[in-house]
Amino acid sequence: MNLEKVIFAFFSILALTLNYGFFIGELDDPTHHNVYELFAALVVSLIATIMKFGDRAHIGALLLATSLVADLQLIAAAMVWGYVVYVAESPLDPSVMSSIVSLSGGALLANLTSVILLVVESVTFRR
Amino acid sequence: MHNVISLVLRRMRLPLILLISTYAISVLGLTLIPGIDDQGNPWRMDFFHAIYFVSFLGSTIGFGEIPYPFTGAQRMWTTFTIYAAVVSWLYAIGTILTVIQDPGFRRVLAFQAFVRKVRRMREPFYILCGYGDASRLLVRELSERCIHCVVVEKDREKIEELAIEDLLDYVPGLSEDATNSDTLIAAGLNRPNCRGVIALTGDDHSNLTIAITSKLLAPDVQVICQSDSKDSAANMDSFGTDHIVDPFEIFASRFAMMFHSPSMYLVYEWMTAVYGAPLSDFKRPPTGTWILCGFGRFGKAVREFTAIEGVKTRLIEADTEATGAPLDTVEGRGTEANTLLEADIQDAVGVIAGTDNDANNLSILITARYLNPGLFTVVRQNQQKKDPIFKAADIDLIMQPGTIVAQNILGLILAPLLGDFFRLTRDQNEEWANVLVSRIAGVVAEVTPETWELEISPLQAPAVFDCLIRRQKVLLKDICSNPKNRSELLPCVPLLIKRDDGTGMLLPDMEECVQSGDQILFCGHQKSTYQIRYIVNDQQALYYMQTGVDRPGGNVWRWITN
Repeated sequence: MNLEKVIFAFFSILALTLNYGFFIGELDDPTHHNVYELFAALVVSLIATIMKFGDRAHIGALLLATSLVADLQLIAAAMVWGYVVYVAESPLDPSVMSSIVSLSGGALLANLTSVILLVVESVTFRR
Repeated sequence: MHNVISLVLRRMRLPLILLISTYAISVLGLTLIPGIDDQGNPWRMDFFHAIYFVSFLGSTIGFGEIPYPFTGAQRMWTTFTIYAAVVSWLYAIGTILTVIQDPGFRRVLAFQAFVRKVRRMREPFYILCGYGDASRLLVRELSERCIHCVVVEKDREKIEELAIEDLLDYVPGLSEDATNSDTLIAAGLNRPNCRGVIALTGDDHSNLTIAITSKLLAPDVQVICQSDSKDSAANMDSFGTDHIVDPFEIFASRFAMMFHSPSMYLVYEWMTAVYGAPLSDFKRPPTGTWILCGFGRFGKAVREFTAIEGVKTRLIEADTEATGAPLDTVEGRGTEANTLLEADIQDAVGVIAGTDNDANNLSILITARYLNPGLFTVVRQNQQKKDPIFKAADIDLIMQPGTIVAQNILGLILAPLLGDFFRLTRDQNEEWANVLVSRIAGVVAEVTPETWELEISPLQAPAVFDCLIRRQKVLLKDICSNPKNRSELLPCVPLLIKRDDGTGMLLPDMEECVQSGDQILFCGHQKSTYQIRYIVNDQQALYYMQTGVDRPGGNVWRWITN
């Protein structure tokens, strides 16, 4: 067992699960989407990205790319949230909430791809 | 070689994860700890303000407690945050600095910068392996003539010397082992504009490796090698090395030539001299018995070639067994008077100090001269940087391996026809050489002549080619006369015309017709180079040279004069 692989897989999957946790629920209902979940998903996603730094294999490059997409989507979601609440100072109405959640939905897809790639890599792994 | 970015990223993994974790925990803590707003109501910091607060706190800017004054719990958490953020930042910055200063990382960086520079070169260039005396001279001469080159040298210090050298052209240098094929490829061996590889590492085996690597990876590239022994020269020759330069053999054959044909020697010397060097004088070494100190590679070559001329040499060698010296050799270094006396220095006409130690050579010279002031002195100078001492010693003939190698390679690069020229001159006698020497001396003033080639091709001589296509005759004097006054010849001597069919014409007559595909070897004053290039490129000028009429250039004027 390779500890590096365990930690790597742990963060990749945790990024996916947290993202899913935030995404699940009624699309435009603010009470279904907790801000702490978005925060956790973003932080774990960033850490997962850094874990993928410096891997020069082709699959490593793909993993890094999907991870960067997830980061971008989550950061966009957080920024929309922050802008609406603190800059525009308007309430979190259903239209805003649905755009935040759909952005995180995009990140969810990217994270899913990342995990699928991880599974593919371990299936093709031969010693 | 590794990718620099992935190298940095891999080393930055841990510091970056630590930084993100610290920030995440700090932000999370601030949003969870209850506070009180300005009206005294319970209040919790939101994510936006927490991120804002931690951002300015982590970079130690510190705008104060916002948006409301903190409670005790919040202050306690902030204290923790300050220390954690500072430590994480120090760690991250420290790691970056370590990575940048890491010798391995710098090597990768230098390598990639070099590869980029080579890739950016659009004009033809040569790869020089090794940066010793010969290479230094060669790089200087090549840059003086706007011929590009790149240098690969194992020793980092020598590459640093190259970087501070005051050259006309920018010469990229890389401190890597040139015997490694990756290094040669990085230096542009496979690039279409790579003209040749010149191996001057100072070690025969390395030169051999470079030659064989180059010939295998790029068969069309010209390979020039220095070789100090016949063994490795034969080995290099066996797989098609284009030119093998052995400084000892070259010197010995020239030295032997001095005995029977000093003028021919001068022709050889002048044709291959470095840029702007003073014209060497006519010297005839005395015939008689010579003292030869040192029977190494140099001594052996000199003895072999002088023996053909019938010159007797008496040997002095410290290690007679290892060098395989003949039985009548005097054992000793030659630096002491008694060894020289034993070798009958008083009877000798000349002394050749040819050991591989410069101090010993000078010592031999001074002792020998003291014992017999009338001696003709020949001294081998191994290191270029001792030039002032050797100049001060007033020696008749100094042998510098570096200069000989550089001159010969320069000749091979600038005027490949020189080889054909020298081959043809072998059949000529001393009188012929005498005439040539006086002709050349007549056209150049004090400095050595410049040697260059001209090919009658659409690219190099469009005006001449145009005339030949229209079946007009172009005489050699048409392109060798002064474009301001056609009755006056330019200060140059056409040495050789090599025809398309491979025949060579030595010292062609000025009335000779130029043909398409001719390669002409010139030698003369530098300014005539530019003038000849002007004539062969400009139809107007060529027409004047042929007819003496300054033809009007424009169509209107041509029509009016007709």
